[in-house]
Amino acid sequence: MNTSLTTPQNLNPDPLVKNNVFMSQVDELINWTRASSVWPLTFGLACCAIEMMATGASKYDIDRFGSGPFRATPRQADLMIVAGTVTHKMAPRVKRLYEQMPEPKYVIAMGGCVIRGGPYVKYGYHVVKGVDLLVPVDVYVPGCPPRPEALLEGLFKIQKLMKREKIVDRTRRTTKPEVYVPQEA
Amino acid sequence: MGLESGEIHDLVKEKFGDAVVDDQRDVVDPFLVVKPEAIEEIARYCRDESQLSFDLLSLISGVDYPDDSKIEVVYGLVSTTEVHRLNIKVALPRGNPRVATLEKVWRTADWLERETYDLVGVTFEGHHNLVRILCAEDWEGHPLRKDYVIPDTYRGIKNVVY
Repeated sequence: MNTSLTTPQNLNPDPLVKNNVFMSQVDELINWTRASSVWPLTFGLACCAIEMMATGASKYDIDRFGSGPFRATPRQADLMIVAGTVTHKMAPRVKRLYEQMPEPKYVIAMGGCVIRGGPYVKYGYHVVKGVDLLVPVDVYVPGCPPRPEALLEGLFKIQKLMKREKIVDRTRRTTKPEVYVPQEA
Repeated sequence: MGLESGEIHDLVKEKFGDAVVDDQRDVVDPFLVVKPEAIEEIARYCRDESQLSFDLLSLISGVDYPDDSKIEVVYGLVSTTEVHRLNIKVALPRGNPRVATLEKVWRTADWLERETYDLVGVTFEGHHNLVRILCAEDWEGHPLRKDYVIPDTYRGIKNVVY
């Protein structure tokens, strides 16, 4: 008997299932739990953070999809939603927060500024032209700012990524990102 | 309501006739141009004179004019009790823009002057802590100068220009 946790239960269940015995693959079990409790980092840099808050609030209600407890420390977070313009002054802090998160960690680049600098792309001397210059990004959510639905779609993409994880294969990121060391001023 | 801008200009010119270089009244936003060395004295007068009583310095801003080889500092004064306002400008040489600080007149000038120093590069003499406020502390150059060139990299982060 092999019952998948992610598929609807058999209408004529095995006697074992009746007795609350499930069998699954470890990968699938871990990924199911992981994708069902994505804890994002409380981390808003600019106006996109307002949409992120709306996503978390009752109308769009990110908790419906197994996410939402915005953690106040990177050490408890799985997902970094970079919501808002990343300035050069903020860049070392973004990098440090990312490094403090435990693996496996995921990054959503939310909004035009975070993806490629947005309206600051040409004359913005102070804006990092894409947060992927600092940290590896898993999902890009375009918009200025993206609507809450768009951010939720980004979350679903992250959950899809999470369900592809393998417990023995730790090479999700094929190339390790170059570690950026902030220079002392 | 407080005084008309022309009346305010007249009061200042009456007291500091020699220090006032220019007086523009028929523009959208009337302003006085004064000599840089007189700015602190004029500011004190504007604050303390009972008819004027400018109790709020609402802005300090710097404007770069490379063609005229000057940098202008604009002071925006507001009186919350009399409900009127005054704009004062000083013109400084572009090579070495220095003007006295107003932080002893209005405490809020502290951060406003730091901002003007950061972005336009005006040195406010006598300021107790004239360091950058918006850009990072190791930033080079003053970004709102017209001849500012965006650096290729900053702290190892490429500044891609598309």
